[in-house]
Amino acid sequence: MAHATTQAKTQFGYRRHPDQDRSQADLAEHAIVVVGAGPVGLSLAVDLAQRGQRVVLLDDADRIGEGSRAICFSKRSLEYWDRLGVGDRMVAKGVVWSVGRIFHGDAQLYQFNLLPEEGHKRPAFINLQQYYAESYLVDRVAELPDIDLRWRNKVIALEQRNDGVALTIATPDGPYRLLAQYVIACDGARSALRQMVGAEFGGQVFEDQFLIADVKMSAEFPTERWFWFDPPFHAGRSALLHKQPDDVWRIDLQLSRDADPVAEKRPENVRPRIARMLGHDKFEFEWISLYKFQCRRMDRFVHGRVIFAGDSAHQVSPFGARGANSGLEDAENLSWKLDRVLRGASPASLLESYHVERSAAADENIRESTRSTDFMAPNTRQEARLRKAVLSLAKETEFGKRMVNGGRLSVPCVYDSPLSTADVDEWRAGPRPGTSMPDAPIAPRSGGNAFLTDAFREGGTRFALLAFGNGPAIETPAGVKAIRMDGADGWVDAAGLAARRYDAEPGTAYLLRPDGYVAARFRHPSRAIVEAALARAEGLN
Amino acid sequence: MVLSTSSNFAKPDDAFRAIVEAHRGLSDAQSADFDAALVLILANHIGDLGVLREAIALARHRMIDEQQQQQQQQQQQQQQQ
Repeated sequence: MAHATTQAKTQFGYRRHPDQDRSQADLAEHAIVVVGAGPVGLSLAVDLAQRGQRVVLLDDADRIGEGSRAICFSKRSLEYWDRLGVGDRMVAKGVVWSVGRIFHGDAQLYQFNLLPEEGHKRPAFINLQQYYAESYLVDRVAELPDIDLRWRNKVIALEQRNDGVALTIATPDGPYRLLAQYVIACDGARSALRQMVGAEFGGQVFEDQFLIADVKMSAEFPTERWFWFDPPFHAGRSALLHKQPDDVWRIDLQLSRDADPVAEKRPENVRPRIARMLGHDKFEFEWISLYKFQCRRMDRFVHGRVIFAGDSAHQVSPFGARGANSGLEDAENLSWKLDRVLRGASPASLLESYHVERSAAADENIRESTRSTDFMAPNTRQEARLRKAVLSLAKETEFGKRMVNGGRLSVPCVYDSPLSTADVDEWRAGPRPGTSMPDAPIAPRSGGNAFLTDAFREGGTRFALLAFGNGPAIETPAGVKAIRMDGADGWVDAAGLAARRYDAEPGTAYLLRPDGYVAARFRHPSRAIVEAALARAEGLN
Repeated sequence: MVLSTSSNFAKPDDAFRAIVEAHRGLSDAQSADFDAALVLILANHIGDLGVLREAIALARHRMIDEQQQQQQQQQQQQQQQ
């Protein structure tokens, strides 16, 4: 990656830690070491600390910066960040959007709305430069004394032991060692830890090159995602335009496979292209980057006591906002499981469900983003012919519009999981086990407005039983939070949207996991069947 | 649903003829473009991924048979020479 302008948005200082003065015979021991203070590592550390775990967070750099990078954060990610105490700040700064338009040439083929219904706390997406997301998370980390964030601490060696991992860490003061019960590798696509455990990272390499230019300008374009096939300003290729905060616009241009990367990223060569697209040249470059990408994942996300999350474990093409968002889904999936295992509340085998659930999600993300990429850059003449047919059919048919693939945007995967209890009752709708919880507007009985995701978050995220009113009262098992709808002591579903989205009848109950996924649902809950589903979701049977 | 391979047209010759005539006057490249659109339209009309996959398998199976026949013929010709 190269940058026209390099800006370190936030600079942090290296500080020597007493662990560095320990002798080899008396190494410091920590429960959790997270490697990599990007969006995934930072979020994971905050989540674990909020659950009462102490976390050492290592990063080999001492700053955040250099380019907007990941810019699209999904509804699911915002709901997660709400639980971590940073959602409001992200949304206040971010550009909210839900509408996308697809053009062919200079004509619009169709538009889509990713969140066409009301009654959700968070929008379909916000656009926000990754450096803002990281800097808000770093601020949150500073509020949590249980997180020990160490800049310019680079892991250079790793030794797996029966009951933990020994890490060797390089610092400006020289190397030191420490012991960890678990190491979480959030160290990105070029993960050093992945190489240290000797894991394969195979997949498909795409030869097409793409150019990212972030330009600063005041413009009247709506806050929508605009995607062009074969636009008049960039004949024969695709282009993407997206708004970020601070009057910065992300422009993504597909280049030919044989384009010269050095020449293409020179500002004097990029400028006329962008000027043709915008119809003027009143803009400044914030960042220019040329990239190719791969779609690949590790065979196993859990290697003994080293667990991989985010880009270190899986990489996708950027079309679909499936990179950072899927990494955040990894973090929310892993955090509660690791917490339970370290507390001795669940067996270590619960961590295997992290691999099962998140590797299936990675496969789905790779499948979806590969299809988008192949549609944008057909591999054979016949593929190009089929695409041409789809684009021309899209002008006059509904099915053609639906086949046009300019990126399928990130939605949470539905887990086919060993932690789920299969439905036994009849359901017409609602989230089946393994699905992330839909939001709905509700109100506390005392008055005011809130959302179901607020009720879930209140008092810390743990297992929760969402129980709809007018059924027989059931005692919730120990450690499970009750969210009662329309009872004497609970929440009011005035609009009836919670009941509709959960296909609720009197007595209906959903068991929600600490990451907000449905573990089980019941038309006729009893203490015994709820406890059995809970035990399964906790990995106890 | 399963792929129907029984004869579904009252007059199969009319159906075959309709497709043949649609290609009349087209270059090979135009014909290929036309076929791509026609396949997508018909596939959407079927609207059943299982049936579509069966149809794809049947069409591919024909191609494999043809390749094998050609290879056998070439081998026989080489032996005769």
